[in-house]
Amino acid sequence: MLALLRALWLILLHTFKKRVTVQYPEQKPYVPPRWRGRIILSRDPDGGERCVACYLCAVACPVDCIALQAAEDETGRRYPASFRINFSRCIFCGYCEEACPTYAIQLTTDYEMGEYRRANLVYEKEDLLISGQGKYPGYNFYRVAGVEIGGKAKGEAENERPPVDVRGLLP
Amino acid sequence: MATIYIDGKPYETKDGINLLDTCLSLGFDVPYFCWHPALHSVGACRQCAVKVFKDEKDTKGRIVMSCMTPVADGMRLSIDDPEAIKFRASVIEWLMLNHPHDCPVCDEGGECHLQDMTLLAGHVYRRTTLKKRTHTNQDLGPFVNHEMNRCIQCYRCVRFYKDYAGGKDLDVFGCHDHVYFGRSRNGALESEFSGNLVEVCPTGVFTDKKFKKHYTRKWDLQAAPSVCVHCSLGCNTLPGERYGTLRRIRNRYNQSVNGYFLCDRGRYGYEFVNSKIRMRAASVKIKGAAPADEVAPELAISEIRKKLNGTHEGGIIGIGSPRASLESNYALRELVGAENFYHGVSDTVFNMMGEIVRIIKDGPVAAASLEDVREADAVLVLGEDVSNTAPMLALALRQASRNAPLAGLAKFKIPHWDDAAARNAMQGEKSPFFIASFTGTRIDDLASEKPYRTAPDDIARLGFLIAHELAPESPGVPDAGEEEKSLARRITVALRNSKKPLVVCGTGPQSIHILRAAANAAWAIKQAVPDARIAFSLPECNSMGLALMDFSSGRPVSEALKRVQAGGAKAVIVIENELVESIGKEGAEEIMSLPCSVAIDFIATRTSQLAGVALPAASFAESQGTFVNNEARAQRFYKVMQPQNKNIQGAWRWLREIEAALGTAKQCPEIDALTAELAKKMPQFAPIADRAYFPPPGFRIAGMKIPRQPYRYSGRTAMHTHIGMVEPKPPSDTGSALSFSMEGFYDASKKQKIPSALLTHYWAPFWNSVQALNKFQGGVGGPLLGGESGKRLMGASGSDPVYFTDIPEKQKAPGLSGANNRGLFAVPLYHVFGSERLSMENPAVASLCPEGGQPFIAASPRTLSALGLNKGDTMGLEIGGTVFEFKTVADEEMAEGLAGVFVPENGNIRADLAGLYSKLPAWARFL
Repeated sequence: MLALLRALWLILLHTFKKRVTVQYPEQKPYVPPRWRGRIILSRDPDGGERCVACYLCAVACPVDCIALQAAEDETGRRYPASFRINFSRCIFCGYCEEACPTYAIQLTTDYEMGEYRRANLVYEKEDLLISGQGKYPGYNFYRVAGVEIGGKAKGEAENERPPVDVRGLLP
Repeated sequence: MATIYIDGKPYETKDGINLLDTCLSLGFDVPYFCWHPALHSVGACRQCAVKVFKDEKDTKGRIVMSCMTPVADGMRLSIDDPEAIKFRASVIEWLMLNHPHDCPVCDEGGECHLQDMTLLAGHVYRRTTLKKRTHTNQDLGPFVNHEMNRCIQCYRCVRFYKDYAGGKDLDVFGCHDHVYFGRSRNGALESEFSGNLVEVCPTGVFTDKKFKKHYTRKWDLQAAPSVCVHCSLGCNTLPGERYGTLRRIRNRYNQSVNGYFLCDRGRYGYEFVNSKIRMRAASVKIKGAAPADEVAPELAISEIRKKLNGTHEGGIIGIGSPRASLESNYALRELVGAENFYHGVSDTVFNMMGEIVRIIKDGPVAAASLEDVREADAVLVLGEDVSNTAPMLALALRQASRNAPLAGLAKFKIPHWDDAAARNAMQGEKSPFFIASFTGTRIDDLASEKPYRTAPDDIARLGFLIAHELAPESPGVPDAGEEEKSLARRITVALRNSKKPLVVCGTGPQSIHILRAAANAAWAIKQAVPDARIAFSLPECNSMGLALMDFSSGRPVSEALKRVQAGGAKAVIVIENELVESIGKEGAEEIMSLPCSVAIDFIATRTSQLAGVALPAASFAESQGTFVNNEARAQRFYKVMQPQNKNIQGAWRWLREIEAALGTAKQCPEIDALTAELAKKMPQFAPIADRAYFPPPGFRIAGMKIPRQPYRYSGRTAMHTHIGMVEPKPPSDTGSALSFSMEGFYDASKKQKIPSALLTHYWAPFWNSVQALNKFQGGVGGPLLGGESGKRLMGASGSDPVYFTDIPEKQKAPGLSGANNRGLFAVPLYHVFGSERLSMENPAVASLCPEGGQPFIAASPRTLSALGLNKGDTMGLEIGGTVFEFKTVADEEMAEGLAGVFVPENGNIRADLAGLYSKLPAWARFL
């Protein structure tokens, strides 16, 4: 009997406390920038796709929900021909972002992804690729990589000397 | 045995090897780059430093390169010494100075020896801010991609390409940190072993250009042990699959067969599995309708049943194939009955194969495995152009050419593994090596004297002469010329003075006399040198298996044709065979015009287009079976992937279904049950029932199957979602102990050994690259811990030789004039890229076919001018009553009076040339 009254009293006290719930969806809660929400593929500062299809996100994924296929354009630039994330399996752990060597794959602050059909949770590359740089502006992998791509010849990357003249005898 | 102390603990080890070899064999992780188990030591990279102490009291020690230091009894060394660790870390740091930031886009990433060694040696952060050296790349042809920036100057590529494989067009240029590994100018690599650079290079300088087109990381490839289908040697391979297509082929180590390497035909020939010429649905030809209708498999079977109805068992003939597995051939033979089973090969090939089986089975000399060939120290090649018909045999012969001088190095106290010193001391000296051929071969540079260029019968006569010189009881050649005799004498002396002489011959020249002469020679040598061996090159991957099926009572396809012509058959079933090649166009049409004709094949062929019912079979990558290679070694290949659709199934299963539909039903057992049945019924195949070599489907380790997928296999829950959200259950494989999964038993710790026949990939902690192999070997370069994979079906008999006495007459001088008016002797020519049908489906392979993939005739310039022809002219030749027109090519090396006929097997050869090889060699009339 006493316990019951005590419980009622406690509940009554709570009615005078500040509310933590908000009127979602009219009112949105604060989400920190490093929130691990919907995954996107970003672009480099020059507008090119950042993803080089290295498969590291796929192998880092603990639920194996990333499947992609690499391709190469005529200038030697790697890109994913297809890139699929099955969000019905994704646990938003962020390992893919951590593994990504080019800042291409990023988790965003969007969490409103509910669907009535599970199949709608399968995002293909066109659903994932955004037009901006996302959280990490300024980085372009191909500016530091040694491979030659369209618009960047050998020796033109950052921190590179011009190509060696093999026939030269000078030291 | 020697005892050495590593970090204070004693270990037993082999004498005469180097410290690095010892440490790796004992299971220690010592980083290295320039050393390779097949290429041995040069001490170029300084990465394998360890510390050696003088004695127990020595605490200071000195740093040595373990790959250049021989093992000595009582030696004390330390791998974990702080100074040695620091030394190795600094070495990798400077090797990485110029290494580009490429890993994410580098095809080597994930299976990179440089990545592994960097981690192993403990280098983590780049401290320098110096600018990186860069190089421009070269176009090295359709197989190998070049990215010179990534080079760490270990010299493995040139050591493999030039020293090991005898290539001439890849070299090192420049000086100091500018050294450049490439060709003097852009262009396709000439060696047919160039693909091995991909595996030999410890980093991503040389990567697989075909793989790049459909790139997948190593950890995403589903693989299973397999056997190469592109020649008769049966090299072991590891094909990898992703998303339902075959992505690449890698070497699978088998000490007795291919060792560490593969040829480019084997490595790049897989594209037919994914290609458009695959049959993907059953089709039934309605009378009158030109293209056959695609139908469901059940419909096709019921169509066959309808047509076969009333045909008593004897009315069906079956034509087996040297390309199909033992199991498929056996299933066909069981379906139609042994008396109705025909070998789908030409008469010439049939007779040659029968003779080879008899030579191996009844003769006193064992057939040589590739390992035996690599160990030979005197070689006689009779007629066969091995570089083109069995490239890995040529590579093995190249190693044999070093053995005699290598043995002589003991007097300089140079160990065989001290590669640079050994090569220097040898000064280009070679083992006795003799070649007799129609024209130039790519192993001519190994020959001790100028190769003997002549016609097939004269090559045979040389073999008989040698045999007679060695063993007078073997028949002599009565009318031999002085030149022939003195050559035979020189060869005889060289062979008699060797320890492991080897005679090489094959079915390439299509001359049974050469085979007999080679057998006589090998048997005669055996009288003087007990370790004599004979090696054969055969036409197809399972030629030996088919020949062994009915080696005393078999019949070639021409007999089937005769029976059809006599009206003795109402139905025919052909498996995995192009009849046009073995019996010509008319013959094939006649056989396939029977009221019921069924072709079961994995590619669409002319035969399958002629068939009333065509059924899609599974290729080697989608089925399981057994091939028997050139030395009669039975080897199992496993399913790498599920067939691309439900219509496709193994030929053996189609045959069992037809059998069931006919009501003569045996149950449709699993493939393994079929293998067991065949081993039981045919005593010549009894060894394949040996479970130690061929693990049963019930085989488990710790209750688990062996996984086909590496444990990091990715994308499982997303790769099927474009089809449906329900993730399909992994296909079950009841026919083998392998699973279509990443789950199962996989351990590289040497405690629990996975049988070599089931090893699906090489991986061990710290070892992601192909170099992880050393964790699966008993000692580096030695046999696999999991035992041998594959078993020899027959060895040499202990009986005395019964020499062949049928000696051909001297080939008549080519009658460019006179009675044999304008006669030329036409002989078959082959090319590694072009003479094998399946590999030609890869455009990269086809692009390397000589003369742009056009048929041609090669003749010596003198012969050509005697005929009044220039190279490039069209030549008309009448062979066996038919006139063929070819482009002519001048070939300096061609023997006088011979016309080398080359017809590429690219699927769209001119109809009139189909089956031409089955008529060769033959006299031809020049028109």
